[in-house]
Formats: sequence, C-alpha cells, structure tokens
Amino acid sequence: MPEEKDKKRYAKPLPHIDEEMRPWWEAAQRHELYIQKCRDCGDLRFHPRALCPSCLSSNTEWVRCSGRGKIYTFTVTNQNATAGFRDSLPYVLAWVELEEGLKLMSNIIDCQPSQVRIDLPVEAVFEDVTPDVTLVKFRPAA
Amino acid sequence: MSLSRKTAVVGVYEHPTRFAPDKSMFQIMAESIRGALDDCGLTIKDVDGILSAGIGMSPMGIIGLCDYLNLTPNFMDGTNIGGASFVAHVAHAAAAINAGLCEVAVITYGSTIASTRFAIGTGGGAGGGGDPCHQFEFPYGPTGIGAYAMVAQRHMHEYGTTSEQLAEIAVTMRLHASMNPAAKYRDLITVEDVLASRIVSSPLHLLDCCMVSDGGGALVVTSAERARDLKKRPAYVLGAGETARHAARGQRDFLEIAAHQSGRLAFERAGVSHKDIDMAMIYDSFTITVLTTLENLGFCKRGEGGAFVSGGRLRYDGEFPINTDGGGLSSNHPGMRGIFLVIEAVKQLRGECGPRQVKDCQIALCHGTGGELGTRHSGATLILSNQ
Repeated sequence: MPEEKDKKRYAKPLPHIDEEMRPWWEAAQRHELYIQKCRDCGDLRFHPRALCPSCLSSNTEWVRCSGRGKIYTFTVTNQNATAGFRDSLPYVLAWVELEEGLKLMSNIIDCQPSQVRIDLPVEAVFEDVTPDVTLVKFRPAA
Repeated sequence: MSLSRKTAVVGVYEHPTRFAPDKSMFQIMAESIRGALDDCGLTIKDVDGILSAGIGMSPMGIIGLCDYLNLTPNFMDGTNIGGASFVAHVAHAAAAINAGLCEVAVITYGSTIASTRFAIGTGGGAGGGGDPCHQFEFPYGPTGIGAYAMVAQRHMHEYGTTSEQLAEIAVTMRLHASMNPAAKYRDLITVEDVLASRIVSSPLHLLDCCMVSDGGGALVVTSAERARDLKKRPAYVLGAGETARHAARGQRDFLEIAAHQSGRLAFERAGVSHKDIDMAMIYDSFTITVLTTLENLGFCKRGEGGAFVSGGRLRYDGEFPINTDGGGLSSNHPGMRGIFLVIEAVKQLRGECGPRQVKDCQIALCHGTGGELGTRHSGATLILSNQ
C-alpha cells in the first residue's frame, strides 16, 4: 500500500491513545504484540485495561503473543466514506483469533481479498504508519 | 416485583415524513408527541414523564427537549443504547409509573439523518470515539455494515446459511412495505434482485441493508387504570428485558447476541411462551440482524435461522409474521428505529393495520438492537398484549 509508506500523507484515522493503553502501543512500536493476564484469577484479556474485568484486580501480567492466529470472521469492505479508507477500497476487516485464544480486530493484508477465508492461518505484521503509531495487521501465514 | 399488566402503551404516532430538510429533529419529535397524545386523548398538560434518545442530540439533549417543549417533568430518562433505546424506554417508563415517579410518560424519537447526509452505515472508523475500545478498532476501518457483515460471514461458515436465505427476509419486508402507504420503498423485489444488488461489505448486498431516511415517532405510556378511560384499546406491558453484548475481553462468541438474555428475561417476566406470540417486530438494520435475533430469542434453534426465515413464514399471513410495516429495510430507518417497532406492534394489537393486519393478534413481541452485532450492541425485548 504505497500511501502508507508515505508517513506524512497517512490519511486513515489514527488511534486516540489513552495513557492507560500506552504500554501496549509502545510495545507495538517495538513490533511486539501483547495480551494481559490477571495474576489473581488467571483470566486473559484484550484490549488491555488496568483492571481485570472478571475480578477487578489490578495485579496484571503482560503476556507476549506469538503473533500467530486464524481468521475468526471477516468482511471485504467495498464502501467506506471515511478519509483514507475511501481511497483504499476494497480492504479486508477481520476479527482474528490469536493462538492464545483472544480475538482482536484488524486488517488482513498482503493478499487478494478473494483469498481470505475463515480459519485461514495468519501472522502479525507491524505497520509503522507514523513515527508515533504502529498498527498490528495480519497476513496469511508463511 | 412483576410489572405485568400494570401499565400500557395508550398512544402511538409514526411521523409520515421520510425526508424532511425543512424540519429540525425536535420539530419531528414535537409533531410526533402531538400525534401520539391526540391518538389517546391526552394533552401535553398531562405529560409528567419524558424519555428520549437521539443521534443528533447532545449528551444532555433530554434537557434541551424539555426546553423546546417547555416541560418541567417529574421523570426524565435519556438512556441512549442505540436503536433499541425506545423499546427499553417503554420498560423504564412502566417501572417509573409503577413506582409512582410519574403518571403519563411520553417516549419520542426524531431525526433528519437523511437530509443532513450522515453516512451512518458506511462511515465508521472516523474521528475519535471516546471509548477506550475504539482505539483498537477505528484504525482498521470498521463500518457499521462491516460489523454486521462479519456476523453474517461467521453464521454462513458455522451453519451453511446462504445469501438466498437472508434475501428472503428483505423480500418479505418489501412485500409488507407494499401494503404500507407510508413506506419509502414499495415496489416488490425478488431474491434475485437482492442477490444482484452490489455487495457493500461481503457477504451483505445493498438490499440486505436498511435505508437511511428521516423520521420519528412517539409513544404514550400510563397506568393500566388510567388507560381504561382513554380513546384506544390499551397495549398492556407484559414483560421486558434488556442487556448488552460486546467484545467480552476478546472472548466473545459473536453469534450469541443480547437478544438471548433480554428475550429470556422478557418471556419469564411476561409469563408467556413462544407459541403465545402472534406477531413480532424484530429490528432489521440488516437481514442478518433478523436471522440471529430470531435464533437468540428462541423462535428457532441456533443455526436453524436460515431455514426458519424461508418459505414465507415471516409474511403477515404466514406462520410467524414479523415487521408488518416493512421494517427498516423498506419502510423507514432514521438512524434508530426502535420506536417504530412498538408503534406497529400496538397498531397490530388494536387491529388498525388494514391489508397487512395479522389475524387474531393478541400478543406481540418487539426486539430492538442498538449499536453493532459485530462489535458492541444492546438488546431490548418487550412483550405487549391487548388483554
């Protein structure tokens, strides 16, 4: 995607990063993907948050993910009026199920939309879209 | 404490407009309130409770609405859980009236979303949502349609549900709209027409999606006792339920939706069973919304929705009539349409629906969905009876 290599012209929406979530985004800049695990009840969670929603404990462990997973579901988006996206249609939006068992929203890239199917094995790709923001996307596993 | 049959929806009004560049949303609401009060024979002086939510309203818009109407109510509820809001508002009004917080509650919605060209289903991913979850989603371009499309894709994968089966829902809604003079789209369509329409977000075609219109409506709710002296036959509140489903910390089963819980609560509280329901108003933002809602409410088993919606079962004269007004797919969808679910259900219970009237309609169910099945959503179920 040529326009994404040109950082100054990145037109898609950027995340409004909460301070609470900053460690996760900083890890993404290091090209590392994390989920969280509650040290008290053991429950896993994504997106990251300060408290375990199952027991409200603040005692949190960051667990680094392999970046491998499979497509849980997806859609080939042919229409989106939002700046940036309207110039990169069609694109694939997906919920990816990580090997660690949690689902996260992302894009499936580096393949034709017609190749995408549910259960397709995928691997994380870290896209440095601006000097401050790296997005975690996925591509078909090698 | 049971709320069953202690309150009733006594007045309803659906604003006839589908495109109103000359009106404000509060004007549409106020005209709708006037209509609903006329419908039951009450006046604005009788109103001491107000409930509303809107897409264009500010976070404290309920106060602005009081200002517009010069109301100083004893009860206010600005609960905004998306399109399901107004179904939930009926339960909230019933509880408030039963608790003595107010006597006559008005619920209203109005929107000029079409004339102001707001890209509600095909925007998305723009700007900054205020919720922490948005930063992990908006950069990837989730549209409203895309979120529902991902549920459809998963349903097809798990159960072999087909685009033809989803299309049957759109075809039936259009048949009903053809019998509703106020509906926006009234020309009959076929399954082939739906499949031939462009794919907006796979696997959903254009005709799997609701329209964007302007519009609004209002409901009047009061005690069963006061309802007896009013102009029209009351639609008694038998039971209701509401809840939310979301990403569930990354552990969501996306085919289990809010209706599963809100429906169970509504049936338990109403003391009726599925076979007692004569017709249903099921929020039809998309064809897949209807299919998964019917499964989750328990009208068919999970995975059997495709077969259930086929063969004309959902027609006004079929085994299980739904959305006799034509729904959001063909009648109107001004951003949120929960209020129209209740309006049409009440008209059916009164026998006011003319050619699209369901025979012997005594108990009706409404289910509203707000937000997006494929990210976060609310569900509100309401069961009404004319007895």
